[in-house]
Parts: sequence; C-alpha cells; structure tokens
Amino acid sequence: MRRLLGLLLVLSGCGVPANGAVTVFAAASLTEAFTRIAAESGLNVRFNFAGSAALAAQIDQGAPADVFASATRITIDGVAPVAFAKNQLVIAVAKGNPKGLNELSDLMRPDVKVALCAQQVPCGAAAKKALASVAVQPVTLEQDVKAALSKLKLGEVDAAVVYRTDVRASPDVEGIEFPESADAINEYQIAVLKESPNRAGAQAFVDYVRSEKGMAALVAAGFQR
Amino acid sequence: MRRAPLALVIPAVLGLAFLVLPLVGLVVRAPWASLPRRLAEPGVVSALVLSLQTATLATVLCLVFGVPLAWLLARADFPGRRLVRALVTVPLVLPPVVGGVALLLVFGRRGLVGSWLGFSLPFTTAGVVVAEAFVAMPFLVIAVEGALRGADARYEEAAATLGASRWVAFTRVTLPLVAPGIAAGAVLCWARALGEFGATITFAGNFPGRTQTMPLAVYLALETDLQSAIVLSLILLGVSVAILAALRDRWIG
Repeated sequence: MRRLLGLLLVLSGCGVPANGAVTVFAAASLTEAFTRIAAESGLNVRFNFAGSAALAAQIDQGAPADVFASATRITIDGVAPVAFAKNQLVIAVAKGNPKGLNELSDLMRPDVKVALCAQQVPCGAAAKKALASVAVQPVTLEQDVKAALSKLKLGEVDAAVVYRTDVRASPDVEGIEFPESADAINEYQIAVLKESPNRAGAQAFVDYVRSEKGMAALVAAGFQR
Repeated sequence: MRRAPLALVIPAVLGLAFLVLPLVGLVVRAPWASLPRRLAEPGVVSALVLSLQTATLATVLCLVFGVPLAWLLARADFPGRRLVRALVTVPLVLPPVVGGVALLLVFGRRGLVGSWLGFSLPFTTAGVVVAEAFVAMPFLVIAVEGALRGADARYEEAAATLGASRWVAFTRVTLPLVAPGIAAGAVLCWARALGEFGATITFAGNFPGRTQTMPLAVYLALETDLQSAIVLSLILLGVSVAILAALRDRWIG
C-alpha cells in the first residue's frame, strides 16, 4: 500500500519541481528525523517515504527525485552515496518489561513469545544475522517492522526484535540493547541523483543532513553516527 | 437460439475483459521455465497445502453456523431482523486488516473471550481458519438466504400438514430444495477464504508451515523476487480453478 501511495505521489508530482523545491526519496524509518530536519533547515523539501527497495525501483523507473536516502547500500550507476547514520536492532518489550528480559538468550525462554520480521524484509535479514548464535523460536515472522511492533503493542507477543528508532517513536514500549546486534547494523546512505532537476538544492539538503544540526536530529530519533 | 442483444453483449464482453486481462498479465510475465523448480521448493507446497486445508475447514465452519443463520434470517420472524442482517454483512465492509485487529481484541491472549479461553488462537493454524471464516461467512449466508427466499415455502407447509416436525421439514424438504444455493454459497466462501490475506496476517501472523498461506507467501515474495511472486500466484490460481471446475462437474453437473 505504501508502495502504491509512493507511486501515486510520483505520478502526480511529475514534471517540473516547484520553485526551488527538493524532492527527497527516503526510507520510511527516516520519517520523523527527516521531517524535523527539513523544518529546521528552512529548505523547501518534498518527501516520498517508503521502503528502500520500493524507492530504488521507482528511481530506476525514472521518478523525478533529487535525493535518495536509503536504509541500505545504494547501488545506482553514476551515483556516489555517502554513509550518514546507523540503525541498530533492539529487543522491544512492553513498558516496564513485565517478563524481566535482559539479554538475547532470554528470548529462548518457553514462556516468552517472540515476533521477528520475515527474512525478505531488511529488519528480518538483520535479525537473522544478529540472532545467529541463539535458537529463538519466533511465533511469527511479520511483513515489516511496524507490524512486528504492533503485535507487541497488542500484547500478543512478549518481545519483538525491531530497530532502536522504532522503539524511540513508540511511547508504550521500551528497548533492550543487546551486544549481538553489532553484527547486523544497518548503514544508511544518502546521495544526490544523477538526473536531479535541482542539483544545488539537493546538495544543500544533503549537506544539512550531514551537519551537526542534522546529526543531532538523527541521534534524537535513535540513530547512531 | 435467438441472438443476444448487442446492448447486453458489449458490456458483458468488456466486463469479462476487465476481469481476465490482469490474469493474462500474470500468465504473460510468468517465468515458465523455472516453474517446475519453484513448485518443488518445500515452502511452496506447504503453503499451498495449508491454504487448501484452512480454506476447506473455514468453509465447513461457515456451513455449520451460516446455514442455520441464513434460515433464521429468511424464515423466522423476530424483532431486529433487519439489524441482524446488516450485522452479518459487516465483515464485507470492514477492511480485512481491521477485521484481524478486531479478532485479536476478542480472541487474542488479552482479548474479551481469549483471556478466559485457556488457549491462544493467534499464531496457530486454528487462528488462520477463524480469520478466514470471519471474512468468508457473509458470502455463504447471503447466498443461502437468497436461495431460501426464492424457494417455495409451501413445500415446507405441506410437509408440516403431513405431520413432519419443523426440524424434519428443514432436513428433508428445505435443505434438498436449496442445495444448489448452498453449494454456490460454499464455493464463494471457499474462494474468498483461499485468497484471504489481511485478516490472516494480522490475526494469525506469518510462520511457514503453521500460518503462512499462499497469499502471505506471495506478499513476502513480492518484497524480494517479483518472478517468484508471479509463479506462486499462478500456482494458487491454477489449483483453485481446477478444484472448482472438478467440483462443478461432479456436484452441479
């Protein structure tokens, strides 16, 4: 659905950019941080937030974007991406940690129901790497990170392995850091696109994201430098 | 045979094209060469078997509860019948994902019923059946109620004057009379259950071999591999159409 909305947005936004506007295609997990950054920067920014893979496909099909910020590596011809932030997995539990979980191996306890993301989506691929050392038996492999989190919020599972930024954005859950997640850190990359109709504006936005102020907004949202 | 009027034929053909063209798109884009290999992948067979089993069980569940409900709506006179009929169609209007959340709020481990049920339905195969039945039951009830309203109630009255109880009249007279309607309703119900996605993934989650039905497998395949998603869709379509065609020949003739 998000993908379809993104596509509609692209189709309706076809053609010339409005006066000085920068069109930024960004991974859904950047929504809070980038919205704040755009407001603070004073630049005229239009966003299209969606899954990184879907955005890459839209750009590949000629969508008129100036900047692409992806949750994974960007591999587009003629584009020089730079890494600007990292996101790490945490164990999300209900507020107050009712099951008293402290570490990854606690997820193996028979009284703990666990939701992971499916391997086909980035959070699931990362979880598979990070959980390689423990034999966790999840009850479900959710279609995206928000679905895994909502199973926790509804009380159907006791723990979900999600990104730290997702926990930071949800007041009713808390996150438990675990050292094994260092093996599966997502590196976010940003790039000005080759076909950008507004290269100067695009570069200004990228520079602002990488400035101290931009970094502060990202860190506040739960990202790491 | 008289010629069909063009005013009917033209929109009918356009309607058919509208329904069939997306299917043509799937068939044209399908990577036929790799189809046997993908069909042999263990995850595909287990998802297909699970889909067929759960859709069939959901249909049985709908028949057991839906036929009496349809009879009540068509034959019994009670206050609030209109309201009940409107309530029956709620799952049709509700976005399936919302239906899934609603089921969690009732049958989940902290749900209204689930908290004193003693066992947990979410993340189980039984949960898949419940989600599918919730979404598919209105199709059966509406079809059977329509058949009952179309059937001549005088046969039942005749049975009653000959001394049959209402139950005997129902099983010996009414049911055979509306059997085609029930069969049509069951087919609709089964087809809807087979394609169910939103309520299933929300209520029962996604786990291969336990709750991952074909529509869920297709959705996840779309994330990484379009070709694989197309093949899975075609397998589901092919098997369901084959089963429906076979049933039609046997039952409806």
